[in-house]
Amino acid sequence: MWTQFFQPIDFYVIVPQLELTLFACGILLMDFLLDREHKYLNAAAALLGIVFSGVRLWQMRNLDFVAFNGLLRVDPFFITFGFIFLAATTIVILMSVRYMEVEGEHDGTYYALVLFATVGMMFIAGGTDLITLFIGLELMSLSFYLLAGYLRADRRSNEAAVKYFLLGAFSSGILVYGFSLLYGVSGSTRINEIAFAVGQRGLTDPIVFLATIAIAAAMFFKVAAVPFHQWAPDVYEGAPTSITAYVSVGSKAAAFAMLLRLFLIPMGPVRANWEDILMVVAVLTMTIGNFAAITQENIKRLLAYSSIGHVGYILLGIVAGNETGLMAVMVYIIVYAFMTLGAFAVVVGMRRRDLIGDQIGDMAGLFFKNPAPAVLMIIFLLSLAGIPPTAGFWGKYLIFASLIESQRYVLAVIAVLYVAVALYYYFRIVVSLFMADPREPGKMSLAPGLVAALAVTCVLTIVPGIWPDPLFRLAQASILRPFP
Amino acid sequence: MEFSPATILNWILWVPTAGAVVALFIPREAKQAHRIWGNIVLFVGFLVSLPLVWWYDKSQAGFQFVYKRPWIPTFNVDYHLGIDGISYLLIMLTTVLGFIAVLSSWRLIQERVKEYYIMFMILQTGMLGVFMSLDFILFYVFWEVMLVPMYFIIGVWGHERKLYAAIKFFLYTLLGSVLLLLGILALWYYNQGVLGNPQTFDLTKLMELTLPIEWQRWIFWAFFVAFAIKVPMVPFHTWLPDAHVEAPTAGSVILAGVLLKMGTYGFMRFSLPLLPDASREYAWFMAVLSIVAIVYGALVCMMQKDMKKLIAYSSVSHLGFCTLGIFVLNHQGLAGSLLQQVNHGISTGALFLIVGLLYERRHTREIVAFGGLSTPMPRFATIYMIISLASLGMPLLNGFIGEFTILLGAWQVSKAWAAFAVLGIVLAAAYLLWLYQRVMFGEVTHAENKALADVNLREMVTLVPLVLWCFWIGVYPKPYFEVLEKPVAQLVERVQPRPAEEARLPVVLPESPAQPAAEGEQR
Repeated sequence: MWTQFFQPIDFYVIVPQLELTLFACGILLMDFLLDREHKYLNAAAALLGIVFSGVRLWQMRNLDFVAFNGLLRVDPFFITFGFIFLAATTIVILMSVRYMEVEGEHDGTYYALVLFATVGMMFIAGGTDLITLFIGLELMSLSFYLLAGYLRADRRSNEAAVKYFLLGAFSSGILVYGFSLLYGVSGSTRINEIAFAVGQRGLTDPIVFLATIAIAAAMFFKVAAVPFHQWAPDVYEGAPTSITAYVSVGSKAAAFAMLLRLFLIPMGPVRANWEDILMVVAVLTMTIGNFAAITQENIKRLLAYSSIGHVGYILLGIVAGNETGLMAVMVYIIVYAFMTLGAFAVVVGMRRRDLIGDQIGDMAGLFFKNPAPAVLMIIFLLSLAGIPPTAGFWGKYLIFASLIESQRYVLAVIAVLYVAVALYYYFRIVVSLFMADPREPGKMSLAPGLVAALAVTCVLTIVPGIWPDPLFRLAQASILRPFP
Repeated sequence: MEFSPATILNWILWVPTAGAVVALFIPREAKQAHRIWGNIVLFVGFLVSLPLVWWYDKSQAGFQFVYKRPWIPTFNVDYHLGIDGISYLLIMLTTVLGFIAVLSSWRLIQERVKEYYIMFMILQTGMLGVFMSLDFILFYVFWEVMLVPMYFIIGVWGHERKLYAAIKFFLYTLLGSVLLLLGILALWYYNQGVLGNPQTFDLTKLMELTLPIEWQRWIFWAFFVAFAIKVPMVPFHTWLPDAHVEAPTAGSVILAGVLLKMGTYGFMRFSLPLLPDASREYAWFMAVLSIVAIVYGALVCMMQKDMKKLIAYSSVSHLGFCTLGIFVLNHQGLAGSLLQQVNHGISTGALFLIVGLLYERRHTREIVAFGGLSTPMPRFATIYMIISLASLGMPLLNGFIGEFTILLGAWQVSKAWAAFAVLGIVLAAAYLLWLYQRVMFGEVTHAENKALADVNLREMVTLVPLVLWCFWIGVYPKPYFEVLEKPVAQLVERVQPRPAEEARLPVVLPESPAQPAAEGEQR
């Protein structure tokens, strides 16, 4: 009876997710046995889980397999995203250990939630059914709501959690509404079957159009695109910094995976309906993200607005929609992940018992106190601004190339001009780091985990900058392709 | 890797970066060690570029010392280096000025010595890479890489308004360069998407394309913004006085001596051969802008109270000659322009060294703070005089040769252009000699100036080679013109195809007979 729906082999392809889930549950149990000094073992267990999951994912790297009767697909797109998530999670965990100790909220639940969020992300990236996508999204989002409010004693953290939860729940509602319309149109929740039905209904069908709008709005919320971006700065500012990094990288990458799956497959036949919407939103997102970032004094808020600007660029790659454009989206998401994590890792390192360290002024003269992290921060900021030879340049370069190739010259000009705007606010931090005098003598707390996180992100920002070919080939291979 | 004509460009390019990597491991406290090491590295950088003088083959028009390896096979981007006569002279200028600039910083830079020298070494690689790259993406990477160390050199070791000047410099240049990137991508797309050729960023291959005129126009303007900001041509020049005044001496020397040349180099290397029709079409506009720059820059110089600012504005005027020479689009103009670029690098570089030398002694750049300096500093007075004369175009010195050749070229196209441009030389004599008079002649009006030390040995080493170079070009410019002969001829051929060849074209368009007539009128 079971085999009607599932093959035993189906379970093999979700082993990476299962392993993470097992480790997460194990951490929840293990946490009771650990006293305060040994809480770091939770982090070690989480990392071990990631290693197991990563090995399994690596073994599946050449697979292209539809599992669970069309609920899930294991393809290069999923594998690449899976590795992005695992790498991001690893870096987040590495930077969390000392940070959560300082915040006084260091226990196993934190790591378990981080792993649950990762599981959610991986289901999103692999989901080819509305149900899978939605459950993955909710698993991820619920974990993030909790994590954003993890600092119980901090009002800003509480505010962030409530805001994130309310707006997130609202957007999920809109998403489900869009899904229900699609189900009504096609009688199926499988995205390829929906694609077929939508294609038959055509561009003028009002229900399909309404569904497109609802899904677009919800996805814009999840990736923090204008006009649904207001939650981002508040959540970024209030959440624990390690979680801010995770939200801005992991949840964003997962949301883009979902956006790509939805827009290119079920919505693919009505591309003409959403292309202009996406284009307008992309331009607005770049505009507001980049201009609002200029006046920020809080680094986390500044990076929040700058990440909104980056979303605009990624959306432009989807608007271009050609081979280069989709490749650009993959490259951009990968390089964005590591440079953003790196920048946040430096902010995490600023946190001490006596200093929150998230103001630009707190970084004043960091170069004189901790030269290495300051130089790394400059590299991350240069990469975020898109200055070669850093990885960030190649992401932007491919976006521009795809826009030129699809003959969207005006968009290309707008996109390049915002590079200069972005440089201005990133360099406000550089000025503080390198040219201002130190305000107070305290140094950064460079825990071993944080050093490892910085080293990994630094290598992954510089090496693809100088030698981008492997990255390009990876991105090219993992472009989302429709079902064979 | 052995040192041979096939690899010499790699050596020239990467020696400074290798030096920077080594410098990372020298402890911060060992300031003297950093100074010595920085000077050694850039001197070696100069030495490895010297064999070019013997190995460079003047009888050849194409690119020499070519080194090509795949870099990003996905997009057919190559690590492709090579030089012709145009880049050869600019590379020699860069290696010489790089060493001199670093030597001049010995005493001025007392804080963050380690970072200073590392920045200079990276800057050197960036600049040399710009002149050597034959692949558009590689070129663009170097073009932007060089901005970062320059930003820090101005922003960290500059004077009072350094932060403002540094970010202004960075933003201005970046704004231009991103449009340049779009222009590059448009070329790439035309070659591959419209013509269906295999995709390439190889300059030598792209130069063989003939783009439709609309494409040429758009790309020309995209390139124009980038290069005009860098030169700087007149409406885009406002970053220059700030950056030059606020930068430390060595920064100003490199800015004036090398960075500005990247704009003119860009026009010569990219705009003219890739977009010949658009260049011809807009030549009058570029010439007018150049003449405005020549006259306006010179007039502004007359009014300056700050020595460094005066010299900065004089760059606007002198670079106006260079761009005028480029856009008269004939052999004399182009060859003169390139020679004038080298001349400007030498003489303005030296002028900035001279101002820096005074600044080190008095910590002011105000003209009124000086006066009668020739009494306490006789050797300085001699050198300064020679450099001033070189800069204002005195025969037997280098400036004369360059400007004269450019005027010859301009005269052939339009007598009015030449006449207006000559104004620039007259005004240059006025502001440079007036400056000299106010600073050097008369009684010593300020007591602190009486005991100023004359030029010391290290400063002699920075200035005397430049003085000798001024004389060399002024007296015997033949080797320079020989080097430029073939590449410039090839460039002119590309931009102004001879009428004989036009007649040989199979398709006779109705407007084609009218075109030479229109050009005749212009002349």
